[in-house]
Amino acid sequence: MTNFKFTEENLKRIENEIKKYPVKQPAVMAALWIAQEQNGWISGEVIKEVASILEMTAEEVLGIVSFYTMYHQKPMGKYHIQVCTNVSCMLKGGYDIFDRVKEKLNINNMQVTEDSIFSLEEVECMGSCGTAPMISVNEDYYENLDKEKVDQLLNSLKEKN
Amino acid sequence: MEKIVLPDIKNFHKIDVYIVNGGYSAAKKAFAQSPDDIIDQVKKSGLRGRGGAAFSAGLKWSFMPKTSAKPKYLCINGDESEPGSFKDRQIFEFNPHQLIEGILITAYAIGAKIAYVYIRGEYHKWIKLFNIALEDAYSQGYVGEKMKQKFGTEFYCDIFIHKGAGAYICGEESALMNSLEGKRGYPRIKPPFPAQNGLWGCPTTINNVETITNVPPIINKGWEWFSAIGEQKHPGTLLYGISGHVNKPGVYELPTGTLLTDLIYKYGGGVPGDKKVLCVIPGGSSMPPIRGDQIEGVKMDAESLKTVGSAIGTAGVMVMDEDTDLVKVLARIAKFYYHESCGQCTPCREGTGWMLKILNRIIAGNGSISDIDLLISVANNIEGNTICALGEAAAWPVKYMVTRFRDYFEKRVSKEVVLPVANKVHSMRGTAIPLADIKT
Ligand SMILES: Cc1cc2nc3c(=O)[nH]c(=O)nc-3n(C[C@H](O)[C@H](O)[C@H](O)COP(=O)(O)O)c2cc1C
Ligand code: SF4
Ligand code: FES
Repeated sequence: MTNFKFTEENLKRIENEIKKYPVKQPAVMAALWIAQEQNGWISGEVIKEVASILEMTAEEVLGIVSFYTMYHQKPMGKYHIQVCTNVSCMLKGGYDIFDRVKEKLNINNMQVTEDSIFSLEEVECMGSCGTAPMISVNEDYYENLDKEKVDQLLNSLKEKN
Repeated sequence: MEKIVLPDIKNFHKIDVYIVNGGYSAAKKAFAQSPDDIIDQVKKSGLRGRGGAAFSAGLKWSFMPKTSAKPKYLCINGDESEPGSFKDRQIFEFNPHQLIEGILITAYAIGAKIAYVYIRGEYHKWIKLFNIALEDAYSQGYVGEKMKQKFGTEFYCDIFIHKGAGAYICGEESALMNSLEGKRGYPRIKPPFPAQNGLWGCPTTINNVETITNVPPIINKGWEWFSAIGEQKHPGTLLYGISGHVNKPGVYELPTGTLLTDLIYKYGGGVPGDKKVLCVIPGGSSMPPIRGDQIEGVKMDAESLKTVGSAIGTAGVMVMDEDTDLVKVLARIAKFYYHESCGQCTPCREGTGWMLKILNRIIAGNGSISDIDLLISVANNIEGNTICALGEAAAWPVKYMVTRFRDYFEKRVSKEVVLPVANKVHSMRGTAIPLADIKT
């Protein structure tokens, strides 16, 4: 296992996060976000490094990682496809979209494609109920979808590689 | 109709445009008055929270101690994770400066020098947009220490964004504070209430994004003006989010007390294929569902919805047409609360799983009549027996959906799947179950 170290720039970003609060610990969420950006997922090494910077125990940091669903506890695909199936999306075909992605990528929920390009996650309401159904790819929302648009989206992501 | 929260002004999100249109003048006006005067005006305006419980904003602020050896904090709740709610993101995108100005006025009123804006992690884009506005406000001296020169005051306030990472429960105010402190987002037992013992044990006020965005116009135009809009007991406008089976879903800013049928047919453009409405959830998935044959005449505000046995919540209106499989919808809702329960309280942790299991059994065709009463019994055993209101949020949809659509559920367990049924059910308005007051 390789040692994880933050880049100089990211260390500075964490310093700036710490300044927002009277104590260090609240910066843990931001530090984990930055770590995930740099490393792709939150490994045990990341947890130790974050803990040492913020003067927390590794167990405390792990407690944060496991509580919040957006921190990846294993490597995910380059494009992490999040499909909302909550009620407003469901009423507009959210499950059809979810099934379509599964079928196109040949993976199930929380799985990664063999080439590590795609991963899939069924998510709760993303705040796009008025533009349902929706998919989020990494940080970007794609709304008002149908099966054809899903195909186009996945194809365009595939072509980028 | 005048819009208060999302005015139709082009590029209003840009600081220059905001200022040209009178932006930051309400803050200036507020800082020339005493904090108590501000609290008094907001109280008299009748402004009630837009985050779910519709509690008086001015009254909440008045709970903050006048003097405190410890620092005081303001938290703005932008977690917006209640299914069916997508309004606060509009404010981050289209009117961030009015939110910032509202934060400054509120912080001044309660005596806080630091405000945190907690925004759900999925809102990467809206965090960036809000951050741009915040940086502009900082660089022009409207936020932070430079405020002293800009406004000629002793008072100044810093505003920081705290990014969440996926957990519905962090919208609950005490869980939000734990999350902000860098802990797992577990709700805290109340009392003590945040005004006494909040962030890091200090006096803290928590308000929703939309609530606070209403503050600058109240200060500028006066509480009398605001209190005359919409319903007297719940005045102002609401950002109604309409989703599901309507032709024109979206966020509509309209006065409180707007007819539910107007939201669906006039603004929402009616139901696709002119189908009948089977069920409406009026305020986000936690609120008791209303039967489609009972929506006539229902007004959308906290008091009116109470009288028909529901609640305004976040004003996220979810519309379901006559072909909707309500059992599947309810199972999806149950799955959500099961997934989001933080697990501290046994009734919530176990009960949410049981309700989901029973509903899945019914979907699989293995349900029985006794399952219907079992669902209601489990829901009743959660309600009122938990640390936080997620318990109610999980129990209400199940309890009220099953009770109000009992005929529907009975048909399902007798394996006689008959859809649509909306036009076959009789009115139950007279027997609608009244709600207990919602606790926060
Ligand atoms: C499970 C749960 C989730 C909540 N989620 C939110 C939320 O996402 N946004 C919000 O403003 N309030 C949410 N609330 C309500 C808050 O606890 C709190 O009442 C509100 O932020 C206060 O602001 P207001 O008085 O301005 O409405 C939630 C409550 C519960 C019980
Ligand atoms: S009611 Fe549920 S979510 Fe709230 S504290 Fe208890 S277990 Fe956690
Ligand atoms: S239900 Fe899918 S975004 Fe709200």
